[in-house]
Parts: sequence; structure tokens; C-alpha cells
Amino acid sequence: MSEPTRLSVFKTYKLYVGGRFPRSESGRVYEVTRATSAAGAAAKGKSRSKGEGGGEWLANAPLSSRKDARDAVVAARKAFGGWSGATAYNRGQVLYRVAEMLQGRREQFVREVADAEGLSRSGAGAVVDAAIDRWVWYAGWTDKIGQIAGGANPVAGPYLNLSTPEPTGVVTVLAPQESSFLGLVSVIAPAIATGNTVVAVASERAPLPALSLGEVLATSDVPGGVVNILSGRTAEIAAPLAAHQDVNAIDLTGAAAQLAAELEVAAADNLKRVLRPRAEDWTADPGTDRLTAFLETKTVWHPTGSLGASGSAY
Amino acid sequence: MTMDKLSAFEYAPAPESRSVVDIAPSYGLFIDGEFTDAADGRVFKTVSPSTEEVLSEVARAGAEDIDRAVGAARRAFATWSALPGSERAKYLFRIARIIQERSREFAVLETLDNGKPIRETRDADLPLVAAHFFYYAGWADKLGHAGYGPDPRPLGVAGQVIPWNFPLLMLAWKIAPALATGNTVVLKPAETTPLSALFFADVCRRAGLPKGVVNIVPGYGDAGAALVAHPDVNKVAFTGSTAVGKAIAREVAGTDKKLTLELGGKGANIVFDDAPLDQAVEGIVGGIFFNQGQVCCAGSRLLVQESVHDELLDALKRRLSTLRLGDPLDKNTDIGAINSAEQLARITALAETGEAEGAERWTAPCALPSAGYWFAPTLFTHVTQAHTIAREEIFGPVLSVLTFRTPDEAVAKANNSQYGLSAGIWTEKGSRILAVAGKLRAGVVWANTFNKFDPASPFGGYKESGFGREGGRHGLEAYLDV
Repeated sequence: MSEPTRLSVFKTYKLYVGGRFPRSESGRVYEVTRATSAAGAAAKGKSRSKGEGGGEWLANAPLSSRKDARDAVVAARKAFGGWSGATAYNRGQVLYRVAEMLQGRREQFVREVADAEGLSRSGAGAVVDAAIDRWVWYAGWTDKIGQIAGGANPVAGPYLNLSTPEPTGVVTVLAPQESSFLGLVSVIAPAIATGNTVVAVASERAPLPALSLGEVLATSDVPGGVVNILSGRTAEIAAPLAAHQDVNAIDLTGAAAQLAAELEVAAADNLKRVLRPRAEDWTADPGTDRLTAFLETKTVWHPTGSLGASGSAY
Repeated sequence: MTMDKLSAFEYAPAPESRSVVDIAPSYGLFIDGEFTDAADGRVFKTVSPSTEEVLSEVARAGAEDIDRAVGAARRAFATWSALPGSERAKYLFRIARIIQERSREFAVLETLDNGKPIRETRDADLPLVAAHFFYYAGWADKLGHAGYGPDPRPLGVAGQVIPWNFPLLMLAWKIAPALATGNTVVLKPAETTPLSALFFADVCRRAGLPKGVVNIVPGYGDAGAALVAHPDVNKVAFTGSTAVGKAIAREVAGTDKKLTLELGGKGANIVFDDAPLDQAVEGIVGGIFFNQGQVCCAGSRLLVQESVHDELLDALKRRLSTLRLGDPLDKNTDIGAINSAEQLARITALAETGEAEGAERWTAPCALPSAGYWFAPTLFTHVTQAHTIAREEIFGPVLSVLTFRTPDEAVAKANNSQYGLSAGIWTEKGSRILAVAGKLRAGVVWANTFNKFDPASPFGGYKESGFGREGGRHGLEAYLDV
């Protein structure tokens, strides 16, 4: 009798909220399957049962509720003061630490991205490498964007006049549906680089890389609540977030046109800053658009006066 | 003080001459370089709020007129946007110069149509209008250096809706950056203050601006709504109330229209116990009584550190008692007329709410003219954060006074608002200025000064005070495809 093959340990994928890994408060899950374009190749290997989408079952993911979304906003708001108040240098080091942690778990993410997006191992490897490099890119931006986007203004009077970019606050990010990992990193990293905190809604069909990213963030010195990751039905989770009065901005990248329009209407209720969906090439140079999309400009005036006989400054 | 002594110090009337401006009995819409009647022939009257005199009758734009204006702007766009930036710049420099030359005429006109004191139109509005055109003229051929890529492109036709509180200045804030970046515009002035925009149309003609680049369509809210909703408008810029701003945000949702909103405010003016109180008093007065308080960034909430509350309030009331309210054309007038009967009713109702909710009302002792729309400088003490007059924008000469004990409390109270447009800080301690300025969620923070404006200085709000910035390099972004 041959040795029994060792049974591997499955992972229970959980949400990432406030630095913790809760299940959905609703107790609901949904089945996540291998991307169809990979299904043919996968059929050659050992087969698991088929999931609801017809592809091979990969795991159950939490099906987040409106309450999960609201809890995530509370966590993000709570984290905002500390994160936005941290020095830009500190935020840069934390983002770089994310890249370091991802590098160490590269193999896991290559597997997950290959499964999620139907890519070959080398294709998935390129995606993960690009995602790691994206964290490095934004890590370097944290203490530079202030000089690019702000500065002293030469007003016509005896005043020091200084404009400084500041984070908008709590940003809801609907991560891209197709690019489940590089796209996700590309929308989260710029938002938090400038001091915002984020509630991210993962790709609906392929949430597993996003949920695993939560585990990386939790071990990367990113304070709990700075990034919160939800999986589930994008439309269901996005609706309460778009209407939420304590959310300052919403990135609609992962919303289809009709849903995006509806969410933009809801977002107008408290005048959220809205980034509309647009054609994206996640492998292209990201530029600074997504850094500046969730910044406010604060302009401070102070008299300079002149030192008169009295020595008074103004 | 006896009556004799008082009258000895009264000012003799010093009215600015009205003859410098020639207001026609009627005006048309300015579309495609020509003044025309509204398609349906409708008109409305514009009155001087200080006398209720009818100044002129103005064509009232409807949806058909808006469509015609957008069409004209669209046709003009191809040529205008293709001009070298240096040529667009020269048109804007011309406009700036003509405004400087005609600035007294415009100041008197604005004072007549708006009701604000000539001292303000002459010394603040008009110089800033000219400066704004001069500033953005210089950007037109330097856009590749502005940080928006090597060759940033204009958006197309900009639909712009502006308020009545700074009619010509808001026009300048809208039109100057739009034209500098190569857009063409359709601008709707407010229904109570259409005249300076129509005079500006004449400036455009004198400057030789190509037809259709600037179109002026006076009208009411329906005209603004038609402009915002027009499918061939690429950019919407609005300055006005937060309620209308939200409606506009809903209207453009799901379109490609770029939107910037400059909306309401409830600015906190924070006075610490070490502040230079005499200067603070001047800043507080300028902060809330400039332009009769009809300013989105007004310092309408005074937050005073408890220990100096009584001293500051005494000084403030003394100062307010010396303000001169009356004929806006008089060069000695501090407080002019409220812009409209409707606005006066709104201010009156909110002040009554303040009393009804238990705040203590004090009104400066001054006689109000019998004709026109007037509201005496008023302040409320014993105001709490729950009071309506501490939460809602009054947009009038009404100051709500609250107190605090610690800097943290001051910041928390200042930020306890749906708005986030402006704030003021008065203290002699530099590190406190910087610490408090850093924590205030407001787009413009004035420290040891208030209500200062400059074309080089970005202006705009946090939270429900809107989004986007006007002024400075930042102001270009609103009109570029970036």
C-alpha cells in the first residue's frame, strides 16, 4: 500500500477591515472560480468540483453586506488622522515595506493571479512584478508630490501665500474588474500614498489576490484601517459607499457605465470627489493623475509686513 | 456724547458720479458676437437694490437661446483652440487693459446693479478683475510648463454659471482661465446682476475677440439648467449655493463633462487670547461685513477664546457702531444694500431663527434707508454649534459668536461643518498658526488677515464647499483635458 498523499490545507479567505480579518457579518460567501481562459489548461491537472461560474472552484470568498461596507468606513475614518498626520517620509517607508513583503510572497501571488486572470505562470509573474514595482513607484512619491502640486504663490501684496496638497479623506475605491491585482494595487497605492485611507471593493469575479493583499498589508506596517478590502457584489457594496456621508471620494474604476452613473448621482449628495471610469492600461507609466485625484489644495495666507521703526512685523 | 458732538463728526455726502456709466434702457443676449433678443422675446428687469430703481430691461435666455450660444461657442472652438497660445494671450492682455481703462465705469455700474459700496467695487472687485485677466493671459503660451504634460489640450465649450455677489469678478475667474487654455465659453450671469457681464461683452468686441469665443446669456435658473444639461458642453463651472451645486453634480453624472464647483461656506474665524485684538477686530469686521456678508468665504462664525471674549466683543461692538450704512455710491459707505428682496428675506428669516433658538442678538445702531433692501450689521452671542445660525450659510451681515477654551476645541468646532471653504486664525504665536492651519479642513486659511484674494492664489473648498480650484496654476486644471 502506497503512502497516502498529503492533503493540503485550504485557506479561508476573509475580509480585511480595521487591520483585522473578519468574515462578512452577514455570514455569506460566494464561490470563486478559476478564470475561464485558464479552464482548459486547468482541466489537465487534478480537478476540483465546478463552481457556480462553470470554472473550477478555487475558494469561497466573503459576500460582503452593506453593514460590512459601513464598518469599513468607520475603520477608515478612524485611521485617517494618524495616517494623514504621519510624515510623508514615514508613509513612503511603509509603502516600500509593502513592496518588500510582496516580493517575499511572490510565488503565492503568481499562483493566485494566474488562477484569477487565466494567465500563464510567466504572464502572472510579470503582473506581480509590475505590482511590486508600483508600490516602489508610489513609495517614492509620498514626499515629492507636495512640491509638485503645491508651492508658494506670488501674490500682489505683503503676504506669504502657500498652497499645500492635503488628502481628501476616506476614499472608496472600486477596483478594476479585470486586472485583479496590478489594477487593484494601481488604484489603492496612489490614494494612500498621499495620506487618504481607503475602502477598496475587490474585483467581483476574482477577489482572491485582493484578499491576500490584505495579509501583506497587515504585516507591512500599514496601520490598521488605512486600507480596508471587501469582496462581494460590486453593485451591492458600492451603493451604500457612494451614498455614505462620511466618505469623501469615490473611484469608480471598477463600475460598468450604468452603475458608475448611478453611483455618481448618489455621490453628489455630499459632493464626493468622483473619479470616473476610463480606459486604462495598467502596465503603462502611471503618471501622477491618481495621486492628485484625491488631493485638496489648502492655501494659507499670512502678512509679511515690514519691519518699521517700531519693529512691528505688521 | 451729545447730539451736537455726534453731528460735528458726521460725514458730508461724497457720492461717486453716476455719469461715468451709460446704461441703455434694454440689452440683448450676446451670442456669436452680436446682441440679440431671446427666441421667445422674454425680458426681465434688473433693479438697483439700494433704490429699487429699474436700471434696464434685459433679454431672458431660454433653452433655445442656450442651444444657439453653445452652437456659436462650438463653431468658434476649432479656430480659437488652434490659435498659438501667444495670440490668445494677446487678446486676454487687451481685455485686461480695456478693463483697467474703464474700471471706474465698471465700478459704478457694478455698485448700481449689485448694491455693494463703490469703495469695494473700485478698490477690490475691479482691480482683481483686471489682474485676473492679466494673470491668465500670461499662462496662455506657457501651458506646457504648468505641470499638466507638454501639450495639454482644452476641453471644448465651457458652460459657466456665476452668482450675483461679485458679478464681474466671478466672470473673470471663469472666463480668463477658460480662454487662456483655449476653450470657448457660454456664461450665464445671475438674474439680479446681468449688467456688468453685458458690458464685458462690449469689452470683448473692442478687444477684437473672435465671434462666439465668449457668449453671455443672462437668465434665470432654467437657463443655467439648460446650459449645464446641454449635450455639447464639455465643461461645467458653477459658483453658487451648495444645493444647486449638488443638483448640477447629479445632472452631469455619467457624462464626460468636467465639473468644478465653488459653493457655500460657514467660515470659522478663530481668535486666540494672545491675538492682536485691534487687528483681529478689523479682520473680523472685514471677514463678515465685506460685501454685506454676501461672500461664500465669509468668516461667519467667530470662535473666541473664552478669556478674551468680553474684551473682544466690546471692541467689536464699538467698531461696528462706527460702520456707515447707506448709499453704495457714497465713497464713505462701508455697508451697502442687500442684493435682492429675496436675499433680504432669507437673511431676515435666519436671524429670526437665531433669536427663536435662544441666541442673543445685537444690532449695530444705524438708520436704514426707506427704499431698497437693507440689513444692519448684526451679531449673535451665546451661539452653540447646534444653532441654525452656526450651521447654515446666512450669506448676509450676520456674525455668530461661539467660544472655546483650547486649540483642540477650536479646531474641532471650526471643522464641525458640512462646509470647508475658508477659515481665519488670529494669534501672535507662529507655531500655533501652523499647527491650527494644518488641522483646519478648509481650502483657504487666512492667518492674522482675512478675505484676501489674488489671481495667483488657488481658491476653493473642501467637503461640501465644492471641488476644483480657481486661481493660480491650479486653476488651469479645471479647463484642461487632464
